Amino acid sequence: MEILVCARRVPDTSENEIELNSAGNDIERDELVYSVNEADNYAVEEALQIRDRVGGNVTVVTVDSEDGEEILRRQLAMGANQAALVSDEAFNGSDGKGIATILKAFVEKGHYDLILTGVQADDGAAQVGGMLAAMLDYPFASLVNSIVIEDRKLKVSREIEGGNREVNEIDLPCVLSIQTGINEPRYVGMRGIRQVASVPIPTLAAGDLGVTQASVGEVAAKVKRVDYFVPASSKGAEILHGSREENAARILELVAAKGGLN
Amino acid sequence: MPRIFAYIVHKSGVADDSAAELIAAARAIDPTSAPTAILTGWGPDFDLACKSVSSSFASTWQISNQALAYPNAELVRQALVRVLPSDSIVLISHDHFGIDLAPGLSIKLNAAYASDVLAIDGVEGNTLKLVRQEFGGQVSAHVRCDISSGAVINVRPGAFKTGPLVVTSGVITDKSSEVGALTARRRYVETIIAEAGDVDITRHSLLVSIGRGIQEKDNIALAEELAEVLGAAVSCSRPVVDVKWMEKSRQVGSSGKTVKPKVYMACGISGAFQHLAGIKGSPFLVAINKNPKAPIFQVADVGIVDDLLEFLPELTNKAREFRGVAAK
Repeated sequence: MEILVCARRVPDTSENEIELNSAGNDIERDELVYSVNEADNYAVEEALQIRDRVGGNVTVVTVDSEDGEEILRRQLAMGANQAALVSDEAFNGSDGKGIATILKAFVEKGHYDLILTGVQADDGAAQVGGMLAAMLDYPFASLVNSIVIEDRKLKVSREIEGGNREVNEIDLPCVLSIQTGINEPRYVGMRGIRQVASVPIPTLAAGDLGVTQASVGEVAAKVKRVDYFVPASSKGAEILHGSREENAARILELVAAKGGLN
Repeated sequence: MPRIFAYIVHKSGVADDSAAELIAAARAIDPTSAPTAILTGWGPDFDLACKSVSSSFASTWQISNQALAYPNAELVRQALVRVLPSDSIVLISHDHFGIDLAPGLSIKLNAAYASDVLAIDGVEGNTLKLVRQEFGGQVSAHVRCDISSGAVINVRPGAFKTGPLVVTSGVITDKSSEVGALTARRRYVETIIAEAGDVDITRHSLLVSIGRGIQEKDNIALAEELAEVLGAAVSCSRPVVDVKWMEKSRQVGSSGKTVKPKVYMACGISGAFQHLAGIKGSPFLVAINKNPKAPIFQVADVGIVDDLLEFLPELTNKAREFRGVAAK
């Protein structure tokens, strides 16, 4: 099976406190720690496990500046067969549809049976997978938390409300957006990344993909972020400023007073 | 002003609560708007759902088709594309079905797509002014959406406050014949109901709930000890289940359990809306988090900015004194 995983580099919210910059028009990006988007990492792991069961290749693609190479190396170290960086200044300011347009052009340069994305990025909108599928006219399922391969189709379950699972059959080729928790992504250390340091990663620009400038980037974007802000707190918690011991005692009083010990 | 549609989810003859939220969202776009409800389904229950919706919408479009008996997003999309006028605004609830349907629908309608919208600040010319959140709610963003060729707007469940529904004697229009045959390459098989698990977290008046801040599996013992002394149960947020440290049955949130304790102690939980959506009945909310900017402090009643791994043992010691239990 030929599998493509679309992955993205994002600020790692488990490593960073996200704050506004002094101008208030963006988040403070100096010294941010970036990593592969969590759901995308699960998608890569799922692709590797499927390949190891049924054979084939896993390709990882990202749309980014040259900094995107860092996460591609990591995924090569996890075991992806190849990686590609899609990069062009014309892509700056793309909205979800712009990114899906770029990825569609990349998909059409190859032959893929299965395309995986993460369900959502921390600063994203859970949109690119579904858009890409519609542009390719492939079937799509979101929030996928298990995949079983059956000949030219898959049996996938989707995460729905209350921890229930909706099981669907889906024909190949298709696009699936992968939910976190579907597997246990393998650990990659610095040593593993060094071992793939010399693996070539091709960079493709708009021209290589036949993407017209008018269809991507800020000119094509119908959805644009104007600025970031922190909403004025309506009330917010009463923060306790005592010693650790005093705070603990106060919490217990409150827990008891509010009926928590009944 | 483009025509506004609200896609209404229904089950067993009853419209989802989000119907009223979509009306509120439509009014935030245009205070004078009378959105048209649009429903897909099949059978007597579906007819009932359309009737009940038509008591709060002036206009309801009903699309009956046996293939739509189960809401398969691929089929619903085909049906909507065939009946929706061009340049419409379509409002959809951002739940698991909306996430499945909306992005592809926007492509097929050649419309803009805005996802998980929290607030709408009206329209200026062809621009719809929206508010979204990013980074788990740590920051919000003003977003402009060009609606000149229509838009699909996914609305965060619970974000739009519903007013009293104006009861109208709404008109139901049967659009079924405009849809024709539907074919899917994705077919619904079955729904697997979540397993009950060893502890029923929905029945406890106190929950000690842990999130990513617990850092390591072995540290869960700190929460379990506290829970034992206080007669509470340990619940958790999604990241703890994703890494398989706790069972899915312990997860609070829209994809986990809905709980109604009297007191909820959020320990190292950032406070993503999917998690908060599982906490009902307005419990007293205690937040313990080392990040003073964690969104959980916005909604908590009382907060402590401290290292969880230091604070929990202290709390357990105090709880033993409090309950007159000798330390082990």
